[in-house]
Amino acid sequence: MSLDKATVARVATLARIRVPEADLAPLAAELSKILTWIEELNEVDTSSVEPMARVVKMKLPLREDVVTDGERRDDILKNAPNATAQFFTVPKVVE
Amino acid sequence: MTALTDLTLAEARDQLRAKQISAVELADAHIRAVERIRPLNAFITETLDLARERAKLADKRLAEGKAGALEGIPLAIKDLFCTEGVLTTAASHILKGFHPPYESTVTANLKRAGAVMLGKTNLDEFAMGSSNMTSHYGPVESPWRRQGDNRPLVPGGSSGGSAAAVAARACLAATGTDTGGSIRQPAAFCGIVGLKPTYGRCSRWGIVAFASSLDQAGPMTRSVKDAAIMLGAMAGHDPKDSTSAEEPVPDFAASLIGDIRGLRIGVPQEYRLEGTNPEVLALWDQGIEWAKEAGAEVVDVSLPHTKYALATYYIVAPAEASANLARYDGVRFGLRVPGKSLEEMYELTRAEGFGAEVKRRVLIGTYVLSAGYYDAYYLKAQKVRALIARDFDQAFQKVDLLLTPTAPTPSFAVGEKMDDPIAMYLNDVFTVPASLAGLPAISIPAGLARDGLPLGLQLIGRAFDESTVLRAAGVLETLAHFTEQPDLAGRLAETRA
Repeated sequence: MSLDKATVARVATLARIRVPEADLAPLAAELSKILTWIEELNEVDTSSVEPMARVVKMKLPLREDVVTDGERRDDILKNAPNATAQFFTVPKVVE
Repeated sequence: MTALTDLTLAEARDQLRAKQISAVELADAHIRAVERIRPLNAFITETLDLARERAKLADKRLAEGKAGALEGIPLAIKDLFCTEGVLTTAASHILKGFHPPYESTVTANLKRAGAVMLGKTNLDEFAMGSSNMTSHYGPVESPWRRQGDNRPLVPGGSSGGSAAAVAARACLAATGTDTGGSIRQPAAFCGIVGLKPTYGRCSRWGIVAFASSLDQAGPMTRSVKDAAIMLGAMAGHDPKDSTSAEEPVPDFAASLIGDIRGLRIGVPQEYRLEGTNPEVLALWDQGIEWAKEAGAEVVDVSLPHTKYALATYYIVAPAEASANLARYDGVRFGLRVPGKSLEEMYELTRAEGFGAEVKRRVLIGTYVLSAGYYDAYYLKAQKVRALIARDFDQAFQKVDLLLTPTAPTPSFAVGEKMDDPIAMYLNDVFTVPASLAGLPAISIPAGLARDGLPLGLQLIGRAFDESTVLRAAGVLETLAHFTEQPDLAGRLAETRA
């Protein structure tokens, strides 16, 4: 699979990573090489195989739907790069 | 008398309990060692004052007869484990200044057992790498060098800082995490023991996530017995990790009976890869001879889908990483780069916060999960992964363990293999298959290459059968009798008299 610049730009937008225009072409070449390599999986016949969803055979545990932790607002806000009062802040999203 | 930093964890534990040494003097010796090895850049954050305090507490508990399993044992913690109030970076710029308000389950278990944390060790950014070259905090230098060659070498990765610190005797043991070989490969490169437990054995809660279906924490030590003791203290069911197994934790050290007579050890023929270093293959043959000598029955086995393991891994791991790393958005913790809009802030923060390898993997992961490509890549990889796991299931109907090399080459020089990501990925060719199948695997130091660099052998076991893995590793360790140490002369920091 060969990726073009437009595809890399689209994927970068999906991944929310700003990629400068000048980096698109080298990145496309690099990613294409990796994709070509991983396409060797097409040699494997998997027509009768179920995809592996979990590593260890165990049932997903259930627990009571109750609050087990919390009341730690200030602890959590301490790491915010730009907290104001008791809130996380972001650039204005509604005009 | 043996220097305090040359003791094994087991010896130090016994001497502490017998009051022959104190936790404070043991901690002080290791604090000096941490300071001396600063030129290796093995630690991102040192917590030496904390260590002194913890050691005093440990002496008190020892005196009161309330000692935990690791009371007073100085450890290094990979900087992927969240530690309450102590900077946790994952070696990424994007976690700038992050002081977790909570403690990971594994480090909490170690703390409760009385361990003394010396600091947080360097790693590849978000554990993505096999050389420690991708850390935002600079590469780690291996304590080892080739004979007659002064070029700095990589310690392997991603748990390279942990491996270097253990090998350079700056701690008695360290934690690592392994997603595709990140405990075993650096252990092999640095001449130490590294154990990746069964997926689900150690809680992943509070470990910065890379690929959730593969990540597993484990011990890095200077002996197999130490690995058994460390694993016992790290492991256990944790309701906070829904993939944590409700398996009883056996006394792993008790499994080291020094006897593997009658054990069936398989040698997977597909691991005889072209291009593997001949010295690595020779050591593997030597390992097979040791196993026979010890009375094990060695048989050839086939793991037919081995050659597809790396490609499978490089779909599954980046896919999971792209999802896990979505949380780094500049809003709640870490780095923020201002933008005019919310979208722009996200994009600029992630562009500046992630390094080149992390970006590469997030982009690959995003692509293989994107509409129209999901079935062709991700679903296909999950199917091949099922076949790889089935290969192991079938092999383990015939044998109890598998014996392989850990890595296809010894350590390499800083800067080598950096131009071609795929050449770097090949480091994990022998370790990735067991990761995909979730199986326990250990690397033990087994010999030196001609240029004087350590080489490792890997033993892979059945799920939750770390006991048999450790038992055989103990026997091979005795027969290999690896006592070589890196020569750090001329590379240590000046210390105050």
